[in-house]
Amino acid sequence: MKNIHMQPILEMHGITKSFPGVKALDDVNLTVARGEIHALVGENGAGKSTLMKVLSGVYPHGSYDGDIVFEGKPVAFSGISDSERDGIIIIHQELALVPLLSIAENIFLGSEIARGGVVDWPETNARTETLLKTVGLREKPVTRVDTLGVGKQQLVEIAKALSKKVKLLILDEPTAALQENDSQKLLDLLLELKAEGISSVLISHKLNEVSRVADSITVLRDGKTVSTLDCHSEKISEERIIRDMVGRDMAHRYPERTPEIGETLLEVSDWNVWHPLHTERQVIRGASFRVAAGEVVGIAGLMGSGRTELAMSLFGKSYGRNISGTVKLRGKEIDVSTVGRAVANGLAYVTEDRKALGLVLEEDVMRNTTLANLARVSKNGVINNAEERQVAERYRKALGVRTPSVFQKVMNLSGGNQQKVVLSKWLFTEPDVLVLDEPTRGIDVGAKFEIYTIINELAGQGKGVVMISSEMPELLGMCDRIYVMNEGAIAGELKGSEANQEKIMSMIVRS
Amino acid sequence: MTEVSARERETAAEGAVVSIGSHLKNHLRDYGMLLALVVIMAFFQVVTDGTLMRPVNLTNLVLQNSYIVIMALGMLLVIVAGHIDLSVGSVVGFVGAVAAVMLVQYELPPLVVIPACLILGMLIGAAQGYWIAYWRIPSFIVTLAGMLVFRGLTLWVLQGQSVGPFPRSFQGLSTGFVPDLFGVGRPNVTAILLGAATAAILVFMAVRNRRRHMKYGIEDEPFVFFAAKNGLIAAAIVFLSYMLATYRGFPNVLITMAVLTAAYTFLTNSTTVGRRIYALGGNEKAAKLSGIPTERLTFLTFANMGMLAALAGLIFAARLNTATPKAGVAFELDVIAAVFIGGASMSGGVGKIVGAVVGAFIMGVMNNGMSILGIGIDYQQVIKGLVLLAAVIFDVYNKNKST
Repeated sequence: MKNIHMQPILEMHGITKSFPGVKALDDVNLTVARGEIHALVGENGAGKSTLMKVLSGVYPHGSYDGDIVFEGKPVAFSGISDSERDGIIIIHQELALVPLLSIAENIFLGSEIARGGVVDWPETNARTETLLKTVGLREKPVTRVDTLGVGKQQLVEIAKALSKKVKLLILDEPTAALQENDSQKLLDLLLELKAEGISSVLISHKLNEVSRVADSITVLRDGKTVSTLDCHSEKISEERIIRDMVGRDMAHRYPERTPEIGETLLEVSDWNVWHPLHTERQVIRGASFRVAAGEVVGIAGLMGSGRTELAMSLFGKSYGRNISGTVKLRGKEIDVSTVGRAVANGLAYVTEDRKALGLVLEEDVMRNTTLANLARVSKNGVINNAEERQVAERYRKALGVRTPSVFQKVMNLSGGNQQKVVLSKWLFTEPDVLVLDEPTRGIDVGAKFEIYTIINELAGQGKGVVMISSEMPELLGMCDRIYVMNEGAIAGELKGSEANQEKIMSMIVRS
Repeated sequence: MTEVSARERETAAEGAVVSIGSHLKNHLRDYGMLLALVVIMAFFQVVTDGTLMRPVNLTNLVLQNSYIVIMALGMLLVIVAGHIDLSVGSVVGFVGAVAAVMLVQYELPPLVVIPACLILGMLIGAAQGYWIAYWRIPSFIVTLAGMLVFRGLTLWVLQGQSVGPFPRSFQGLSTGFVPDLFGVGRPNVTAILLGAATAAILVFMAVRNRRRHMKYGIEDEPFVFFAAKNGLIAAAIVFLSYMLATYRGFPNVLITMAVLTAAYTFLTNSTTVGRRIYALGGNEKAAKLSGIPTERLTFLTFANMGMLAALAGLIFAARLNTATPKAGVAFELDVIAAVFIGGASMSGGVGKIVGAVVGAFIMGVMNNGMSILGIGIDYQQVIKGLVLLAAVIFDVYNKNKST
């Protein structure tokens, strides 16, 4: 049993970190005891990753408020290399390995065993062999990393951390991409490392894993520490953790709407999609859902649950391969095999990443507004400038885009106004069903309210709206019905009036 | 909401005609280009003791640069779409060779040879565009391969020999002149009238455009600039027309070049295809997710480039009155340089036809001027290289300053 009176290895006090317009962390405290596995849980956007970036020096000392005490000494890291020197190693969700290099080359990348610039390969390989034995990976040091599966790559990352004399290991969602038995192996390894005195911080959404290995749990919500639970002094139920994660009160307000739900517009049945590169991986598994006229339907789920992939694959097969399933609009099967056909058949998809996928940043508001439906403002391929301008002005007014003129480049607009331009573009195609992927990501509270108002107006006009969001309060505040997605499948469906965050969370963590 | 619209009005008012200083700052690049051309011309006019502006030399300047300008039109589209075409020089040589063999060895009439060669060029462009658009092979690689392949084929078609001379009617493609309809001869009244008409049309269109923009409150050019710019351009056109008229009038290629420039300006400014090419180059993924057939557009852009390269090849062969295995060597570099000097962006989505044409003439005047001065080819290359670098540094500097 562990000694709880031991001096903690890490103490973070009153950490506050602000970004323009957002307080990402607000007076957060985190204490990790020596030799324990400390789980850090919370919803998307609760501030877990930000906290770990503060700890590892990605956000250098001085860019945040508060103190970090590591091994009894106050520390001020100005970069990752500083924190690594002290033995704090972070393993990110997206692995940071060079696929075309060998295991040994990856492990010693940046800290090569070399004399006068010449690498000592026998020594490198020998040490790699020892490290691989420690993490229980039976591969040769010269094996190329891209030939390994994700689970084994994860182990290489841990071996790399061990090579750096790690004292505190931080794992960000290490099992998110792993199969069940790989996850178990990884968790066992964490327990072994703990026995050797290495402390770790485990960020995870999977509460069963957390319950299995964690000695204590810190729950973050909206950038604040909600609770720190000691797993040894009391039995912590998953319900308790979920309650702390989601909180009770609604943080934001949503515009009122009286739903007038009409006929079923879009009906997707048995939708299956496979990963475009890893062809053996099924990304969407038999998903079925429907949207009616005047209805706002939410799709909840964690990152990586397949929500975006579902939407993109529906919209002109813009994602994945071997897509199967049927799409019906007003009871008639429609062709969505290209973006052009999907648009012509009444679908619109507002992407999650508006800068990379939604807008041509170098071009102005007008040109972005008409891009998806140029045919409407042109005759025989020649654009009618006056008409195009009128269209742009109309949508600018209707959606309240704040810009000096429609000839302003969209790169100069704020996030909220950029999002309104993307919405303008899709409204101009006059769709029946709009799929909005994270429509309020990265925009401020005032603009969010405006976007919600627009969504309500669209539903009021009899359009069907599908809203994908990682912010559960937003879905609860806006949607008539909510589908919960997990691991590529629809895990459940809730009426808006019956849904609450606990129910959604438990559908996710238990499916 | 009222607050918002008040703010909008305010900013809209600010957006209208601004002070001369800030306007100059915002459009440094646009004026800079023209100014650079004027300065370079003035410089060579002085150092060559007036040889540069002599009617014979002006005519030469047009003949020498026509094929670069014509290819720059296509290259601008390719570069705006986010690609590059290194094969155009070899295509010039290859098409010239094929035309020569058809004209000289098979004695086919030019009216058959010219369309056939244009189609051949289009097919060459399409063949390269196919791999680039549908197989996503980088255009640099595909057209580098094309550059080697078509240079090799040029040698093979010509059997390493020069083939010529051509029938007069074919030479007319390049060295022919628009006859004087009024029979005066010198000065060529037709040329003067054509020049004056062109200037008048340009001014008329500029005024109409400005009036329309004023109505919408989106005109930001101070009147002084507007008047000076258009006055200068009109005067330059009339003056150059007169100069050309005192020699032999307008060369046929000048007409070809002017018509094509006008057509491609229209294409890029006013058509859905042009608009989509800019969107494709600006953000391919966003364009694709907006339902734009990005692959087909890329493909067509290259087919178009191939056709223009073929036209350039015909004009070049006609001018030399022979097809040589060396024809078109390193043309691609001049063409690409012209487009970048003209302000296009390597990353795609940005660039103007007018810029590319002015860029081509900057290169052309420098070539011509330095040749008159008898500067060696060694120095010429160095100077041209530095001008290209300076133009792009100027661009990047401007961009960094504004953000």
